[in-house]
Amino acid sequence: MNQTAADPNVSRAPAKVSSRIAMKLSRDKYLYLLAIPGILYFLVYRYIPMLGTVIAFQDYSPFLGFSDSPWVGWKHFRTILSAPEVIQVLWNTLYLSFLQIVFAFPAPIVLALMLNEVRSELYKRLIQTVVYLPHFLSWVIVVGIFIIFLRGEGLINHFLEVVLGWQPVDFLTNLSFFRPLIILQVLWKEVGWGTILFLAALAGINPDLYEASIVDGAGRWRQIWHVSLPGIRSTIVILLILRLGNVLDSGFEHIFLMQNSFNKEISNVLDTYVYYMGIEQSDFSFATAVGLFKGLIGLVLVLGANRLAKRFGEEGIY
Amino acid sequence: MKYKTASDRWFDWTNAILLALLAASMLFPFLYIFAVSFTTLDEFLHSELLLWPKKWVADAYLYILGSPTFLRSMGMTVYLTVAGTLVNLFFTTTFAFSLSRRIYGTRILLFAVLFTLLFSAGMVPTYLIVQATGLIDSIWALILPVAIAPFNLIIVRQFFMNIPGELYEAAIVDGANDLVIFWKLILPLSKPVLAAFALFYAVGHWNTYFAGILYLNDPRMWPIQVILRQIVVQNDSKAFGSSDVMAMLENPPPPETVQMAAILLATLPILLVYPFLQKHFVKGVMVGSVKG
Repeated sequence: MNQTAADPNVSRAPAKVSSRIAMKLSRDKYLYLLAIPGILYFLVYRYIPMLGTVIAFQDYSPFLGFSDSPWVGWKHFRTILSAPEVIQVLWNTLYLSFLQIVFAFPAPIVLALMLNEVRSELYKRLIQTVVYLPHFLSWVIVVGIFIIFLRGEGLINHFLEVVLGWQPVDFLTNLSFFRPLIILQVLWKEVGWGTILFLAALAGINPDLYEASIVDGAGRWRQIWHVSLPGIRSTIVILLILRLGNVLDSGFEHIFLMQNSFNKEISNVLDTYVYYMGIEQSDFSFATAVGLFKGLIGLVLVLGANRLAKRFGEEGIY
Repeated sequence: MKYKTASDRWFDWTNAILLALLAASMLFPFLYIFAVSFTTLDEFLHSELLLWPKKWVADAYLYILGSPTFLRSMGMTVYLTVAGTLVNLFFTTTFAFSLSRRIYGTRILLFAVLFTLLFSAGMVPTYLIVQATGLIDSIWALILPVAIAPFNLIIVRQFFMNIPGELYEAAIVDGANDLVIFWKLILPLSKPVLAAFALFYAVGHWNTYFAGILYLNDPRMWPIQVILRQIVVQNDSKAFGSSDVMAMLENPPPPETVQMAAILLATLPILLVYPFLQKHFVKGVMVGSVKG
C-alpha cells in the first residue's frame, strides 16, 4: 500500500496505457469492423487449414475426426522418402521446374529488351497489346488450342504430311514431346505478360546513360549489354528469387490438363500426385504429408534465396 | 540520335520483324479457329490451310447455343464471375483500407498475410475445410476460399497508403467517420486501380476450372471451363448433352467445328473487354510493385 502511495506512477501507468488502448480501439472501431471479413477469411481458409496439416502425423479418418484419429508420428514422411514413386514424382517436378527456369524465365527479359528497342511508340503498343493477351486465357483454352493444332488430323500434321511428305507425328501421346510442349505453352501464354515489370524497370533507366554510351561509340548491342541489362539487374534478381521459391510448383492446372495415360510416368508432379492420393484415393494423411513436405521446402527455398540475394548485394524482397 | 547507321537500320528491321512474327503466333490460332468454326465439313476436310471459308455456315454455333448444357454452364460462369468479383473487391478493399490506417495489430496482421505468400496448407487440408464449412457442391466453394489474393491485398493497401493524409484530415474535420471516408473518399479515388483488380479477379473466376472439378460433384453446376475441357481436351463430343438440336440441323456440324466454336464463345467475353481495360491492368500490375 505504502509503496503505491509513494510511487503512484507504478500502478497508474498500466492503467493509463490500457485506457489509451481502449480509447484508440473505440476511435478506430469502424476500421476494426472493416477488417473483420478479411481477418475471418485468412483465419478460416488460410490458417485453419495450416493447423489441419497435423493430419500428416495421423492416420486420419473422416469418421473419427482430428481428435480421435490415431497418431502415427513420422510414418507418412518415412514413406515419402522411401517410396520410389515419390522420388519419381519429385524428379519430374524438379525437371519441369528446371526447364522452366532455363527457358521460360529469360524469355520475357529478352522480349522486354526487344520491345525497349522499338522506336515507334505505336508499333510498340500494338505488339504489347497482342502479346499480353494469352495471359488472360484459361489453361483449358491454351491446352485446347495446342491440341487442335497438334493432333493427328490437326493443322501441323496436315502440313507435315501434305507439304513435306512426312509421316504424322503423335505430338500428344509421345513421351518425348511432353516436356517441350509444356515449356512451349508456358512461353506462349506468359512471355508477354512477364515483360511488364522489366519494361517498367527499363523505362526507369536514365536516358543520359544511353547518350553517354552512344558518345563512347556503343552500338545497339553494346547499349543493351552495358546499359539496359545492368539497369534491370535488380528486377531480374528479385523475380528469379521468387521463381526459385516456387521450384516445386510446376503449374498444377496446366500439367493436370496435359496429363494422359501415355505420359503419366513423367507428367506426374507433386501437385497432381497430392490430388490423386488425397482427393481421388482419399489417402488424406499421406497426401497432406506430401503437401506439407512441399510447402516447407518451398518456404526454406524462398528464405534461402532471399538471403543469398542479400549476400550478393541486392535488395532482396523483404 | 537523328541519323541512323546502316547497322542501326538493320537492327531495327530485324527487331520489328521478329516481334511481328511473335505477335502473329499469338493471333494466328484465333484466326484459324474462327475460320474453321464457320466451315462446312466438306471444306474443312479438303482445304490445305483454311483462313477464310468460301461458304460460311453457323451450324456449330447454332448447335452449341441450342445446347442446354452449354447455356447452363455459361450462366453458372457469369454468375460465378459477377458474384465472385464483388466478394473479392469487398473483402480486399475493406481489409486493405483498415490495414492502411495503422491500427493496433496492423503489424501482426500484415505478417500473417505475408506469411500466406510463403507457405500454404496445401490441397487436402484446404479441401477438408471447404467441406467442413459446408461449401461442397455449392458455387460458393469457388468464391469464398479465394476471397482475397494476398498479393492483390498488399498492392491495394500500398495504393491506399499513398493517398495524401491531408485528405483524411479534411474529411475528419468535416465530421466523417472511417466508414464514410472509406466509402465516399477512398473508393472513388481508387477507381482505376479497383478496375484493374476487378479485371484480374474476374478473369480468374471466368477461367476457374480445377476448383470446379474439385468441389462440384454435380455436373449441372460445372462452369464453362470444365465443359470445355471435356469437349476439347478429352474430345468428348457428347459433353454438350442431348442431341435434339443435332437432329434438327440439316447438316450436323463435325466435332472439330463444334470444338472451335466452343473455344471462341468461351473466350469471347475476355476478347471483348480486353482492349478497353488494357491501360488499367498494366497500371494495376505496376502500382506498388515498382517503388521508384
